[in-house]
Amino acid sequence: MSEQTSTVITVVAVDQGSATTGLLGAGQRLARDINGEHLVIACGGTDSPFVAMLSGSADRVIAVESAELANGHPEVWLNTICAISSENNLASIILGSDILSQEITPRLAQRLGGSSIGDAQELSANDGGLIITRSVYGGKAVADIQLTASPAVVWVRSQSMEPAETNATAGTIVAGKVDKTTAPRTQLVDTHEEEAEGERLEDAQIIVSGGRGLGGPEPFEDLVALANVLKAQNSASRAACDLGWVPHSWQVGQTGKKVAPQLYLAVAISGASQHMMGIADSKVIAAINTDSEAPIFKYCQFGLVEDHKQVVGPLIEKLAELLK
Amino acid sequence: MYLDPIGNQHPYKMNIIVCLKQILDPEVPVRDFSIDSSGLQADSACANQVTNIFCENALETALQLKDLHGGKVIILSLGPESVEDTLRKGLAMKADDAFIILNDTGQIPDSAATAKTLAAGIRKIEPFDLILVGRESGDWGAGQTGGLLAEELGLPFTAFVDEISPEGDDRLTLRQQTDSGWQKFSAPKPAVASITNSDHNLPRIPKTRDIIMANRKPVTRWTLEDLEITPEHLSSSQSKARVLTLSIPDSKSDCEFIEGDNIEEKIGKLAGKIAAITRSA
Repeated sequence: MSEQTSTVITVVAVDQGSATTGLLGAGQRLARDINGEHLVIACGGTDSPFVAMLSGSADRVIAVESAELANGHPEVWLNTICAISSENNLASIILGSDILSQEITPRLAQRLGGSSIGDAQELSANDGGLIITRSVYGGKAVADIQLTASPAVVWVRSQSMEPAETNATAGTIVAGKVDKTTAPRTQLVDTHEEEAEGERLEDAQIIVSGGRGLGGPEPFEDLVALANVLKAQNSASRAACDLGWVPHSWQVGQTGKKVAPQLYLAVAISGASQHMMGIADSKVIAAINTDSEAPIFKYCQFGLVEDHKQVVGPLIEKLAELLK
Repeated sequence: MYLDPIGNQHPYKMNIIVCLKQILDPEVPVRDFSIDSSGLQADSACANQVTNIFCENALETALQLKDLHGGKVIILSLGPESVEDTLRKGLAMKADDAFIILNDTGQIPDSAATAKTLAAGIRKIEPFDLILVGRESGDWGAGQTGGLLAEELGLPFTAFVDEISPEGDDRLTLRQQTDSGWQKFSAPKPAVASITNSDHNLPRIPKTRDIIMANRKPVTRWTLEDLEITPEHLSSSQSKARVLTLSIPDSKSDCEFIEGDNIEEKIGKLAGKIAAITRSA
């Protein structure tokens, strides 16, 4: 690549499973749009299968083997990406929707003198720079926003991005190193993983979700039983999480997880626009709600207007029979 | 050394600055939401102005730290005259001091300009131990201000924090909600954190008496000139994130409501539809 070639960096800070290929796709298409180089930065060994997979959709991969990066230390990631950025003619940095990426997006922009934004659903480029499309006002409106200062640093809604294509020739893989010029001020002292049962919510094919209308934590036990029959995952609206009925890791919506299942079954969820922002990429949305006027039905392919108390128990039995 | 009213010593007392954003009520129903004549922002008349919920979670976090360890909670808001309401509510929740940075340009600054302006105000408030912001706002929801502010001030930053505790005299432990649980970070003071919602930072409801008292408390007002920020700095022509278009998406409604003579029949049909998708998923 010549010195004039612009580079789009895709940072794979966290392996987001199936969403990682959406993140790669976003970077790959943007690099093609601006006729630039697609450089992927990831944590891993140069001969690891993960890095090999990434190289299929990149011109170059910088693979950095580091326990600090693997543990997700934001400041170490930040320093390392900044050091690599300064060696390239950078147009843009694309990151995923994981918490780590969200945290470092504005900080990268500020350090590199660029501009930043989050939750991009579409990316395009013109002479004025990168244009991103995103939901605003809690999903009630959609905005096109131009990032005028270069580099444009953006975290994208990885799970709703088209997957990357595999190039005819894999990109080169080089070993990178952690930048130690500046010692991190913040120390990572403890990590706690909640017991994940089965796959990640973001990768789930079927999701059974509950909301404030359930009236308490007990009905969630029935939704867990329903999910078991369907081999599904459970989630909840923000209201149900804030009330302490279920853990916050269950929260789906604008400020929770963004999911894209084949079926999202919403039980006693009214369907505020903020909640819908998290499930907009679902193939089929279905709802059980007592209120036929509830906004959720506007987004549903099918729905049942009944009280969940009368429905969930018999529904489990019926499904157990059908799916035997 | 801080002594509480019954004489206990509190070595960990802190000055905490909380940035509060006033936004269009995010609960406004879809049918009432409209875009103003500029075509680039919501019509401010279509709903009330309220304090962004994550900012209130941040204020609640600060107030709980003060209740435990002593110190001071200082609230700061950038916006038009109406942001005084947000600050009065914060004072009613028992914040100690309030500062307005008056933005009378009629323009909504982008995250970068907001962070720069807030930083200019914060430099006049020093000394402080901790700055809290909400993780994102319920209007534009870019979620950039906290990180930009920390970098502007050259301070450590942790996002999505739901719990903070003092760690010796000069450090803090910050618990970050992650995709699969939590992580704890130790950061030197002063530090910046963006606060997310949790079941223990639901904002307190102010008492009537405190609401009345809050109206009598002084609110310090700064103009942009006081902070040596030029009004152009906040204008869209200077914006690093410039809004090109804003539109309201069509909401389609073609839901098939499941019918039946009785609930058993309806549940049977529902089960059939769910089973069909499950088999092919």
